[in-house]
Amino acid sequence: MTSIELRDVQKFFGAVQVIKDMNLKIADGEFIVLLGQSGCGKTTTLRAIAGLETIDRGDILIDGQPVQNLKCSDRDIAMVFQSFSLYPHMTVFENIAFPLRATRMSKADTDNRVREIAKVLRINDLLDKRPSALSGGDMQRVAIGRALVRRPKAMLMDEPIGALDAKLREEMRAEIKRLHVKQGSTTIYVTHDQIEAMSLADRIVIMHEGRLQQVGSPTEVYARPSNLFVAQFVGSPVMNIAPAEVKSSKDSAEVGLGGGQNFGFPSALISQLDAARSRSGQLALGIRPEGVLVSREEKKGYLPVEIHLIEPLGSYDIVDLKVGEQLLRARTRSGYVERTGDKVYARIDPEQTHFFDTASGNSLGVRL
Amino acid sequence: MAAVTTSTERSLNRLAIVGVLIVTMIFLAPIYWIASTAFKPRNLSTTIPPTVVFTPEVSPFVKLFTKRSQLRTPPTPEEYAAAPWWERMVFDGGEKVVRDGKGNVQWSGYPSRFMNSLIVAIVSTILAVGMGTLTAYGFSRFKVKGEGDLLFFILSTRMLPPVVVAIPMFLMYRAVGLNDTHLGLIILYTAFNLSFSVWLMKGFMDEIPKEYEEAALVDGYTRMQAFFKVVLPEAATGIAATAVFCFITAWNEYAFALIMTNRRAQTAPPFIPSQVGSGLPDWTVIAAGTLLFLLPVAIFTFLLRNHLLRGVTFGAIRK
Ligand SMILES: Nc1ncnc2c1ncn2[C@@H]1O[C@H](COP(=O)(O)OP(=O)(O)OP(=O)(O)O)[C@@H](O)[C@H]1O
Ligand SMILES: [Mg+2]
Repeated sequence: MTSIELRDVQKFFGAVQVIKDMNLKIADGEFIVLLGQSGCGKTTTLRAIAGLETIDRGDILIDGQPVQNLKCSDRDIAMVFQSFSLYPHMTVFENIAFPLRATRMSKADTDNRVREIAKVLRINDLLDKRPSALSGGDMQRVAIGRALVRRPKAMLMDEPIGALDAKLREEMRAEIKRLHVKQGSTTIYVTHDQIEAMSLADRIVIMHEGRLQQVGSPTEVYARPSNLFVAQFVGSPVMNIAPAEVKSSKDSAEVGLGGGQNFGFPSALISQLDAARSRSGQLALGIRPEGVLVSREEKKGYLPVEIHLIEPLGSYDIVDLKVGEQLLRARTRSGYVERTGDKVYARIDPEQTHFFDTASGNSLGVRL
Repeated sequence: MAAVTTSTERSLNRLAIVGVLIVTMIFLAPIYWIASTAFKPRNLSTTIPPTVVFTPEVSPFVKLFTKRSQLRTPPTPEEYAAAPWWERMVFDGGEKVVRDGKGNVQWSGYPSRFMNSLIVAIVSTILAVGMGTLTAYGFSRFKVKGEGDLLFFILSTRMLPPVVVAIPMFLMYRAVGLNDTHLGLIILYTAFNLSFSVWLMKGFMDEIPKEYEEAALVDGYTRMQAFFKVVLPEAATGIAATAVFCFITAWNEYAFALIMTNRRAQTAPPFIPSQVGSGLPDWTVIAAGTLLFLLPVAIFTFLLRNHLLRGVTFGAIRK
């Protein structure tokens, strides 16, 4: 039963603030993924929780107890490092047994524990090898084994599969998920790969320049990004963002994109959009490629657009549409549009449309 | 490397091998000279041109280890027949082995000087490498105020030839009674080697990723335990290399040993040439002493060869 809480955590390196007002509550057994670009402070946050880094202000609580004055050896937290940092002078067995040796566990018990965890991770054949003789995936398994063998209160993983090739990464992702379901230990997992984050997390924590941007389940973060950064960071291909001009009359609303191309929006949005417009000057419209509907035939509510670029991606195509001056990326069935330069018709699905305040970047919360 | 070598490359390779062999022979020539002289009969040791073919004998080594004096009268046939084989060799050279009142053979000065060399070199190497390793670890892992200045200061102790301070050192040593003591030489050699050891070990320590210790810290070890269980084994290569260099420096040191010691704590380097002495020197004995003196360094280096050859860190950290 382990919960972790960060309260107003601040961390400076010299004059540079690396963690800014971090507030986060992690429930027991939760799988939290810290997602953010390189250099945004993910590793530093993990190291602060592990006790490898002091914090300048705020509290870190484990099970309700402030721990910022505890040494890392007393926090009972395991960590898998960005580099696996397996000890080259020890065999795989000794590497996994290393944390148990610190607890003066009996030899027989140590042996049992190591073999048990090795079996779960399917590395029982490798126990006598040296780390240098292992493949990347096996090194990663050993590193996880070393972290899990002690049955720690919580498990911190810093981009554990970042260096593996794509196929192995997918495999290990599934394996980590399986392990988490089996062991149920509170886990904080760091990555800059959003697909990894989406597939693993109970909740995703998105960081940018040391600040929390949004905390929520993968669907929440995907469907309701709280600001422009999250909107553009989560989801692939990236969400379209375009400056929007909202014109509303009594019973219909139109949103102008790319200088004069007006897409119709249902009247239910009118009042919300009016309110939003009065709060801020400039609006930005966000729409994911799958929210841009494309038709080869003329349809009601569809505007004529020109195809600028086609990227075939196998199971679907990404098509760049020229809407006035603006380019919109749309997702179509593969092969649905044939040639660049063709005329097609497009519509923006109001249900998948987001509106952001351009100045602050925050979502206006205007949704159908 | 190209899998297919052209004939030019092959002949170049051969040429390189010949070159290496010639250089090696030039370097090994003095050692061959010493080794061959150490097994020569005395009368062949100074011939011109040098004698290359001879029947090797061990009499130089017997003479090296025993205290001898000139024979005024040759031994009687009974005396000669009763003497063990090694004593006859001394008789053959016109000398006799000195015995004490109870008839025990007296050792020459060489074994005790050799022991002194061993004691001083080993202890000072352990001290210099031990302290150097700890200091280097501190500099490598912690924020030390004025780190650059301190490291420069440590290095600056090497910036003048040590002999320059020999006279003041001698006076100070005499004042505190460290003259002609093992402790005195050990302190001196440790101080010489320390700066070298700190700098060398700092390089090796910096090479060890700090994630290793951090992993150990998170796994429930104290920093001290992490140092001994993780850092030291990882630093073994560096420690071995540093130890070999410190040992060689201490083992070969001549000037201070000559000035600071004369009997009790005298090491082999000043002792061996002192045997040239007056009168006709016996070069075979000196060569035998020198040859034995070369052995410890060779053995030490040989024992540590795996560590010296191994890469610094390899394997399990991905960068
Ligand atoms: N010991 C340190 N001293 C000074 N600055 C540091 C230190 N450690 C990290 N930083 C800085 O703090 C910022 C955050 O680093 P951090 O390692 O937490 O990023 P990250 O999100 O883990 O990035 P990545 O995805 O590349 O691992 C970076 O700008 C980095 O340069
Ligand atoms: Mg990182």
